[in-house]
Amino acid sequence: MTVKVLRPGALATLQDLGRSGMQHLGIVPGGAMDGVSHRIANALVGNRVDAATLEIAISGPELLFEKAALVALAGARFEAWIDGAPFPDARPVLVRAGARLRIGRATAGAFGYLAVAGGFDLPVVLGSRSTYLPGAFGGLDGRLVSSGASLPLVADAEAVATERFARAIRKRHAVELAGGAARSVRWLAPALTVSTTDPTLARAVEGAHAKQFTDAARTAFYRERWRVAPDSNRMGYRLLGPRLELVAPTEILSQATCLGTVQVPASGQPIVLMADHQTTGGYPKIAEVIAADAPAVAQVSPGGAVRFLAVKFDEADAAREALARRLSELIERILWEFGDDDD
Amino acid sequence: MARMSSRPRSGDNPAFAPRVVPLGDGAVMAELADTLDLDANAAAHRIAADVRRNAPEWVVDVMPALVTVTVHFAAETATDAAAHRNGATRLLLEALERAGGASAAPPGRTVEIPVCYALPHALDLAEIAAVTGLSAAEVVRAHVEASHRVLMIGFVPGHPYIGGLDARLAVPRRATPRPRMERGAVAIANGQTSIYPFVTPGGWNVIGRTPLALFDPGREPPSLLEAGDAVVFVPIAPAEFERLAGARGR
Repeated sequence: MTVKVLRPGALATLQDLGRSGMQHLGIVPGGAMDGVSHRIANALVGNRVDAATLEIAISGPELLFEKAALVALAGARFEAWIDGAPFPDARPVLVRAGARLRIGRATAGAFGYLAVAGGFDLPVVLGSRSTYLPGAFGGLDGRLVSSGASLPLVADAEAVATERFARAIRKRHAVELAGGAARSVRWLAPALTVSTTDPTLARAVEGAHAKQFTDAARTAFYRERWRVAPDSNRMGYRLLGPRLELVAPTEILSQATCLGTVQVPASGQPIVLMADHQTTGGYPKIAEVIAADAPAVAQVSPGGAVRFLAVKFDEADAAREALARRLSELIERILWEFGDDDD
Repeated sequence: MARMSSRPRSGDNPAFAPRVVPLGDGAVMAELADTLDLDANAAAHRIAADVRRNAPEWVVDVMPALVTVTVHFAAETATDAAAHRNGATRLLLEALERAGGASAAPPGRTVEIPVCYALPHALDLAEIAAVTGLSAAEVVRAHVEASHRVLMIGFVPGHPYIGGLDARLAVPRRATPRPRMERGAVAIANGQTSIYPFVTPGGWNVIGRTPLALFDPGREPPSLLEAGDAVVFVPIAPAEFERLAGARGR
């Protein structure tokens, strides 16, 4: 059983939590750009957090469900319709066989995650189902989801959908949508990573080469409202703003880079490294976005703005623990709605 | 809080000034030298292997580069980051102590890589000949006869940084990177050779192309090369390149 792609959208790929333990072979971690929203989408359909989801950027696809399925769209907010009626996000939705889900433009955030109960049935390549586009492996043959593609679901996805939805409406009645094309619930999960401020605020710790930049560059980095350039992608976000100058030209031997590394190539225009970032690089690093805020930066669309706030490690660690706690509380809450507490 | 830039015993080589520094809030990095020192490179790989052997489950990646070793411990939902940062720092400091000043690189494998050093593959060979004052044939001979060793795999999957380039071939990167480097392009810059596993942009000077797959996710191991391997470049004619590339189904 499959989900048929009628229209592909801007940049849709299948992703999970990525690959680890192989950076010494140049194998990048990859995975969902916003791993928090990916986890929430999976929880909303009763999946394990590491099941593959369809990551949808900026403008979404149109999908045809060949059989009934339980789906949830979390992360960025999109205009979306199920058989022409508004499709509610951030909650489990049981779609009937033959239903068409049309996902339009993102209205808040950049990356949405569509999870299907049971998960997408994809081969595991190097420990993950994540699509890595530059190497053309993982996901659906290492490629963008395209028109006419079939996204394979596990064989019992329909039975899993019916059983899980029945549990999800045990405590509160279902809501009928689109004249019976879909049914949903009376609750939703809040987005944890889509910024409610403009610019998006990203906390950052000092980069390994921060002291090699001029005082003016370091001041500008934390003062500027940076715009995310249109040629940004899953590897990195280019930031438009003032040129960040070094005190003197520097030669840096290629060394490890991280998710959230802000490197400054010779052009002086910083780049924030994202999920598919290179494992190593030789450009000076002015700052490192903290792990807790990397998903929020991922959710800034091209043309959107970000401002950096300097923090110390204790603040970074507290922020990470706070996010972990909010996510696990939200997942607990979703499990409660599914009635798992009285099983 | 562990010492975040401790300088342990630096061994016999006074050029070594090892220190451990944080790299963002999810990794710590040991810096073994500030120049491309081959002893430091060999030590980086020994230390990485040591850390990997002793790594608890919260270590997600151990990344040896040219003269650094980085331990990644983060996931955005992990707790105990401070404990992991201290633990990763300790792992690196202990491995540094054990690595001491020993410098002999353990003998690695020797991997032969066929390279076609002719057009249409050798895009920058004539220019390098002009810049270095050598003939194209002398550039090729200098490249083939040198003792090459893989210093690290990085940037993208299976992408090697290979040291040992003949000093006469010391050329910088091109002023303007090419938007498209062919898969298998063999290129030189900064005293090293690199081979592009995928079609990507790139700024190094292309002197040839190999028909071998540097990276194949379906192969075990997926990367043709690993750090420490000796590399022997074997010149092949364009017809042989086509035959080998065809055998791979390109």
